[in-house]
Amino acid sequence: MSREHLETNIIRILRILGIIFFVIIVAFPFYWMIVSSFKSLEEILLRPANLWLDIKKINFRAYYEVLFEHGFARHISNSAYVSIITVALSVTLATVGGYAVTRLRFRGQAFMSYSILVIYMFPAIVLVIPLYVVFSHMGLRDSMHVLILVYLAQTLPVALYMLRSYFQNLPVEIEYAGLIDGCSRMGVIWRIIIPLSAPALASVALYTFMIAWNEFLFAFMFLDTPEKFTLSRGVVQLAGSVHLSKQLVMAASVMVTVPILVLFLFFERHLVRGLTSGAMKG
Amino acid sequence: MINRQSLLDQEARLAFWMLAPTFIVVMAFVVFPVIWNLWLSLKPVSLGDLRGTSLFEFNLSLVNFQKVFGDPDFVPVLLTTLVYTVGGSFLSIILGLTAALLVHGEFPGRGLLRGLFISPYVAPVVAVTFTWSFILDPQLGVLNWMAVNTGLLTQPIPFLSQRWVELDIMGVSVRLPLALTSVILFEGWRYFPFAFLFILARLQSIPDELYQAASVDGASPFQRFYNITLPQLATVLSTLFLFRFIWTINKFDDIFLLTRGHAGTKVMTIKVYDYAFGEFNIGAGSAVAMVLFAILLLFLFIYFRWIVKET
Repeated sequence: MSREHLETNIIRILRILGIIFFVIIVAFPFYWMIVSSFKSLEEILLRPANLWLDIKKINFRAYYEVLFEHGFARHISNSAYVSIITVALSVTLATVGGYAVTRLRFRGQAFMSYSILVIYMFPAIVLVIPLYVVFSHMGLRDSMHVLILVYLAQTLPVALYMLRSYFQNLPVEIEYAGLIDGCSRMGVIWRIIIPLSAPALASVALYTFMIAWNEFLFAFMFLDTPEKFTLSRGVVQLAGSVHLSKQLVMAASVMVTVPILVLFLFFERHLVRGLTSGAMKG
Repeated sequence: MINRQSLLDQEARLAFWMLAPTFIVVMAFVVFPVIWNLWLSLKPVSLGDLRGTSLFEFNLSLVNFQKVFGDPDFVPVLLTTLVYTVGGSFLSIILGLTAALLVHGEFPGRGLLRGLFISPYVAPVVAVTFTWSFILDPQLGVLNWMAVNTGLLTQPIPFLSQRWVELDIMGVSVRLPLALTSVILFEGWRYFPFAFLFILARLQSIPDELYQAASVDGASPFQRFYNITLPQLATVLSTLFLFRFIWTINKFDDIFLLTRGHAGTKVMTIKVYDYAFGEFNIGAGSAVAMVLFAILLLFLFIYFRWIVKET
C-alpha cells in the first residue's frame, strides 16, 4: 500500500472516531439535561447511573413545579421582554449609526469606527461595580429597563460594526438614484438600505438576542425582586434553593436553553455569518 | 443655491444625530463606568456608603491597592488567572481546530454536525454550568456513578470541589489541580465552537490548487496538512488566541457558577466579586478590577509589539 493510501485510510478512521468523540461530548450534556428534567426525584436519587428515560415513566411534574411554583412563567416573559426590546433598539440604532459611519462625511469618522472595537474588549467585571454603585445610589438598580440599557451598551458597538462591514459592500449608486429622486437620508435607509440588508439585519438581531437572553452577570447583580427576574437569574435562584431536586434545575435549564437553540438552529447560517463577520472583517 | 460647504455641514450634523444615541449609551454604560471605577479604586468605599454623599468626597488614597497587593492571596490568584486563561484559550483553539478539520469537506450530515458543534457556545451559561455540575457531582452525578459501577474508579471524584488530586502515572505520582483542570476543560468545551467557526471559514478559503500542486509533487496527506494547511491557518490561529485570551481573562460567569472560586479556582474576576460583595469592600474590588484591566492592556501591548515585529 502506498503512503498516500495508507495515510488516506488512517485519516478516514481518525475522522470517524473524532466525529464520534465530538458528538458525544457536545450532545451528552444536552441529552442529560432533557432526560433528567423528565425524571422523578426518586429516580434521580435512587438510580443516578440510569442513562435512559423510561417512556412509561415520563414525568412532567418538574416543569409544572418550576413554571407555577417557582415563578418561571414570569421569568420567561421577563426574559422575552428584555431580549426583544434590546434587539429592537440595538438593530434600529446600529442601522442608523452604521449608515452614518459608512456613508456620511464628518470629522472623527475614523475615530468612531475604531473606538467601536476597543469597547468590545472592556471586561464586564470592570463595568459591573461602578454601575452597581451608581444605580444603587440613584435607587434605580432593581429594574429591567436599566438592564436593557446595559445590554444595549454591550451589543450596540458590535452590532454597529457588523452592519458597517455589510453596508460598505453595498453599491452606493443605488442610493444616489434614491437621493436624486428626492429621498431624504432616512428615506434612503428605510427604502433602500434596510431591504438590501435583510440577511445582515437578521444576523445582528440574532446575535443581540443571544447576548440579552443568555446574560447572567448583570441580571444577577442588579435584580433583587423575584417578579423582575430574567430566566438566567431565576435558574440561579432555583439552584440555590433546591439541593437534591436536580430535576427541577434541569427543567429550568431546558426552558432557558430551548428557545435560543431552536432559534439558532433555524437561522444557523445567519448567526454563523454574524459571528464571523462581526469579529473578523476590518 | 446651496454651496458645497453647507452641504458638508448638513451631512455632519445629520451624522451627529444619527450617532448620538449610540454614543450616549456607550459613554454612559462603558466609558463612564471605567473612569468611575478608577475613582472608586482610589477611595475607601464600603457597601454601606452607597446611599450617602461620601461617594463624591475627594479623599483619594492608595489604601485599596495596598490591601490588594498585600493580600497573601494575590500571587496565587494571579497565577490561577494565568493558568486558567492560557489553558482555556489553548484548549478551546485546539479543540476548535480538530473539530474544523473533522467537519471540513463534503459529506452527508455536515450541516447538522456544524449546528450541533456550535450549540455549547450558543446555549445559556447558567444551563450548561448547572448541567455539567450535575453530571460531575460526586453524589448524584452520572459520570462518577458510571465510573464506579464499571470499576473504573473505586470512589467518586469531586471534580469541582477538590483542590488537588494525586495521579499515579506509571509509578510516578503527579499532583494535579483537580478543580482548576475541570474548569479549564469546561472552558474548552464551551468555547471551542468560536475557534471552530473561524478556522472552518479559513479552511474553506484555502485554494484547492495548492493541494493539487502538492499532490502532483508527491506530498502525502499528512505532509499537505503540515506544509499547506497549518501555515495558511497561522494568522487566524494567532488572532483567535488574542480574542480568546482577552475574553477568558475577563470571564466571571463560568467559574462563579461552577465552583464560586473555591478549591483553587479563584481568578481575578472572582476576587473582584469577593472583595466587593463578600467583604463589602467596594474600593478593594474596584482596585482588583483596575489591576485586571492593566494586565489586559499590558497583554495587548506585548501582543501587538510582537505581531507587528513578526509581520
